[in-house]
Amino acid sequence: MHQKPTPEDIHIRVQTDDFDVAHEYHEMREDNSKDGAIVFFSGLVREMNQGSNVTGLFLEHYPGMTENSLNQIVEQATARWPLSKVRLIHRIGQLKVSDQIVFVAVSSAHREAAFEACHFIMDFLKKRAPFWKKETTNKGDRWVEALEKDQIALDKWSKNDD
Amino acid sequence: MIHVLFFAQLKEVFGQSSYDLNIETPCSVAQLKQALIAQNPNWAESLSGKTIMCAVNQSMVEDSHIINDGDEVALFPPVTGG
Repeated sequence: MHQKPTPEDIHIRVQTDDFDVAHEYHEMREDNSKDGAIVFFSGLVREMNQGSNVTGLFLEHYPGMTENSLNQIVEQATARWPLSKVRLIHRIGQLKVSDQIVFVAVSSAHREAAFEACHFIMDFLKKRAPFWKKETTNKGDRWVEALEKDQIALDKWSKNDD
Repeated sequence: MIHVLFFAQLKEVFGQSSYDLNIETPCSVAQLKQALIAQNPNWAESLSGKTIMCAVNQSMVEDSHIINDGDEVALFPPVTGG
């Protein structure tokens, strides 16, 4: 049985407010002398998507299920890799180009586990967490379409289980 | 009766975030979708096909999943967060 984070070392937030990566990184390093690796990912609003100029993004979600699904995804990651800390933040509401959308950070003794767990959490979040993006573009508002590549990204994690 | 929640495009197209559906339980997700269409024929296009996802008690389920009285049911398009 590998090391697992205590409940106090798992932070999952769904919020309209922006977040400060420096602060989150500081929290990951705080009281964490056993780990040699922290990997984090931040997702941003891109100005070009699916062929149109994006000027803004609205993020809708399913309150309750969102938090449950994020908890489950992090639980799966901590069952699979020896992680000691996880921080996951996802924003909702109105965002603009270059705004931060999502932040995932994981801490582990070694980099392999940290890289893989961070990647795993993002791939599952993309397909399993109930968020929907509506873009404001130069051609009008539109709901972002789900991409097949996200399913392929998810499938590769289950192949490794066989 | 089942209280069905809608999100994203479905909420927008239907002009409502939920619907109280008269249906006998237990029923499958597929039967629930059919009953919604029977009571609201103009929702057929949005609810037909495989792309609409269903969550029961906040977990994603397949069309064959059985819904019981008191379950929280939500229908929505594929998720696009991250």
